[in-house]
Parts: sequence; structure tokens; C-alpha cells
Amino acid sequence: MSFLEQYNYWIVILLMMSGFYIVIAHGNLVKKLMGLTIFQTSVFILYISISKVIGGTAPILDDQYTIYSNPLPHVLILTAIVVGVATTALGLALAVRIKEAYGTVEEDVIQEKDLQQEGSAE
Amino acid sequence: MSRRLTLIAVLSIQIIRSRAIEILINVILLAFLAITALSLAFTKDLFASVMLTGIYSLLSAAFFVLMDAVDVAFTEAAVGAGISTILMVTTLTITGRYENRKLYHPVIALSVVIVTGVMLIIGTMDMPAFGSDTAPAQVHVGPYYITHSGEDIDIPNIVTSVLASYRGFDTFGEIVVVFTAVIGVLALLEFSRKENEVVNTPAPMFQHKILRIVSKILIPPIMLFAMYVQFHGEYGPGGGFQAGVIFASSIILYAMLFGIEQTRKAVSMPVVKILSALGVLIYGSVGIVSMLNGGNYLNYSVLAESDITGQHVGIIIIELGVGITVATAMILIFLTFARRIGKSNPNSGTKEGTA
Repeated sequence: MSFLEQYNYWIVILLMMSGFYIVIAHGNLVKKLMGLTIFQTSVFILYISISKVIGGTAPILDDQYTIYSNPLPHVLILTAIVVGVATTALGLALAVRIKEAYGTVEEDVIQEKDLQQEGSAE
Repeated sequence: MSRRLTLIAVLSIQIIRSRAIEILINVILLAFLAITALSLAFTKDLFASVMLTGIYSLLSAAFFVLMDAVDVAFTEAAVGAGISTILMVTTLTITGRYENRKLYHPVIALSVVIVTGVMLIIGTMDMPAFGSDTAPAQVHVGPYYITHSGEDIDIPNIVTSVLASYRGFDTFGEIVVVFTAVIGVLALLEFSRKENEVVNTPAPMFQHKILRIVSKILIPPIMLFAMYVQFHGEYGPGGGFQAGVIFASSIILYAMLFGIEQTRKAVSMPVVKILSALGVLIYGSVGIVSMLNGGNYLNYSVLAESDITGQHVGIIIIELGVGITVATAMILIFLTFARRIGKSNPNSGTKEGTA
């Protein structure tokens, strides 16, 4: 039974770590943003798992039910999702501008070009 | 007597069964999520990666329904599987489909990730069991909202009560963040271009005649559904955030089938820009009005004769502000991105599989 008690949290950690790995190991900026999205959603899953009460129901009042899951994490996460897509859009807009300025969104090429520019300026 | 006992036995077996099935679905859904995330880490094709993030979002939306978080599931399905997938695909048409570089120090990265993961797993050992009703998270403010929101605010959806009334300040902050992000996107992509530049982006999906005709029939019901979600948010799952995203998706569908410039003719951009600010203004001014009526900022009770009517009025108005800002924000972000395709790559619209 103890496996099921912590199972949700372990999967959350696995998801979080896959997102983290994508962010640090991949050089493509759009892919990095996808990694951040995975990480972000894993945090949402953690919060929503914590809010669950076994035997409870959705927090919409009805005389039929007495046990409800905790509504507070739901509120925090539902607004976080919309804020998340807005900030992801900002990140994607930056990636588009970087592509236009450098001709690439690969991190190492961008760094090379930056170094070259510094070298020619000196 | 014995009949009663059998009835109780049958009922309890049914409950156990349904719980067991609930746990089984939980285990399987989370396993699918893990598989999706892991395959995402190892695919090089960014288009496939975007589709995987879409699947990931849809799976997590299903998981949220299982966890009783219906409002969150609604939002995640509309935002994660809808708008953010579209935005990523649009970005890919500008930045390129394939990731051509090798990974950076994959062994070091993997070991950092594994060490962090193991430490976090050790951390979960002290966490209360999943679903326990005595966990610290369930014994502080949560029960207050569940027991008092019925008399305080008198609307069935507790999530809406908390979002719009008890924690109205947080929601105001969040809507301001959305608005700020839109200003950022516009500053990066829209204001940096010359206004008189004519962009001729052909509609990416214009050649699909069936889609065009079916969508024309579908767009009005989608908008109507957005209105239903907007004004029914007090009684069921939904509210301004979800309604805004759904409304925006109908406009985005139109843009994908009939072209960006066509959409910009139908939807006046200056008006959309003003509306996105107006939504924030509506929300903020409700707070000012309640201060003028002698209450605290965003205390709706002073807005009408009775406390409960005041709460209802306040919630409807601020949800409207949220809906307007979110809808216009998503429309603005998408149209700005899509218009950039025409500028960066003039041929993109004619190529296969662009958006």
C-alpha cells in the first residue's frame, strides 16, 4: 500500500526531472521551452495530487455530497496555467527574434557568433 | 434484517470497486504521462515534440478530472492542448523543424538530474499519504472555504468563490501578468515591424475545403459555448479564464482557415488591443468602486444592498474583465506570431505542413 501512497509524487518527480533534463541537455531554445512546459505541468500535477481527498468529489456544492477535494490548489493552478501560456508565448517571441538576429536557435551557434563578434570588435 | 445487510454489503463492494478502478486509472494515466515526458526528452524532431507536449497536456487534463479538479482540467485542455500547441507550431515554422545539434554533456546532465531526483524522492518519504484527509493541506483554509462559501457568497462552485472573491487579489495579479506578457510579445514582434509593410500570408489550411465549411458552421457554437462557460462559471466548472481561451480559439480557427489578413479585417486589431487593457481596467475599477462605497479594495459586499447580492455582482463583473483580457490576449499573441511567419519566410504559406 505504501507504493500507492507515494506513487503520484514519484511520477511527478520523474516528470519534473525529464523537463529539467530537456532544459539543461538540449541546445535548441524551442525545445528548452518545451522542457519548461513539462516541468511546469509536473508542478501542477503535484499541487492537484495534494488537493485530492479520497472519497471526495469536485468542489461544487451539492446537498448530495459532504466530502470535497481542497479547492484552494485548484484556484492557484488554474490561474497558473493561463499565466504559464502567456509567459511561454513571451519566451517563444524571444526565440523568434533570436532566430531573426542570429539565423539559428541553437545555443552553441549563438554563443560562437557572440564570441566572434567580440573578437572582431577588439 | 439480513436483506438490509446484503444490501449494505453489495453497496460497499461497489464503492470498493469504484475506488479500485479510480486508483487503477490514476496509476495508468500517470504512467502514460511519464512515458510521454521521457520520449519527449529523446526525440530530435521538434514537430513530433510539439505533438507530444499536446498529448502530455491532454493526459494531464484527464488526470485533473480524476483528481476532482474540473476547473483546472477545463483550463489545461483548452490552454495546453490547444493554444500552446498552436503557438509552438507557429514558432517552429519560423525557427525550423529539426534540432540538429548533439546534446550537451548528456552524461553530466543525466547525473545531475538523477541526483536531484533521488533527493526529491527521499523528500517524499515524509509526505502524507496521497488522498489522506488529515494531511496538513486539508486542515487549514480548505475546510473554511468548503463550509463557509455557501453562506458567505451563495454560489455552488467553490473554486469560483475562492478565485473571484476570497482570493480576488491573487487573480488580479495574475490577470495583470497575462496583460504584461501580451505587451512583451507585442513589443518583441509587432512594434518592431514597419506598419505599412504588407504581409501576404496565405491561409495555411485554405485548401481543405471540408474543414473550411465545417469550421464555418462550428465557429458560432464555439463562441456561444464560450459565453455559456463565462456566465455559468458560478454553477459549474468554468469561468472567465476558460471562456476567454475558448473564445480566442474560435478566432484562431478562423485565422488558420481563412488567413491572417482576412482575420485582421474581421477583427479590428486596435479594438482588440484596447479591450485587453479594458479587461484589466474593469477588474481593477471594481476594487476602486468598493473602496468608494466604504469597503476594502475588492470587497464586493458593499457593492449592493445585501452582502450576497454584492458578492454576485462583483464576481460577475470581475469574471467578465478576466474573460475579456484572456480572450484578447490569446488572440493578440496568436495573430502577432502568425503574421511574423509572412515576414521571416515569404514562402512559408505555400509549403506543406506549415501550421
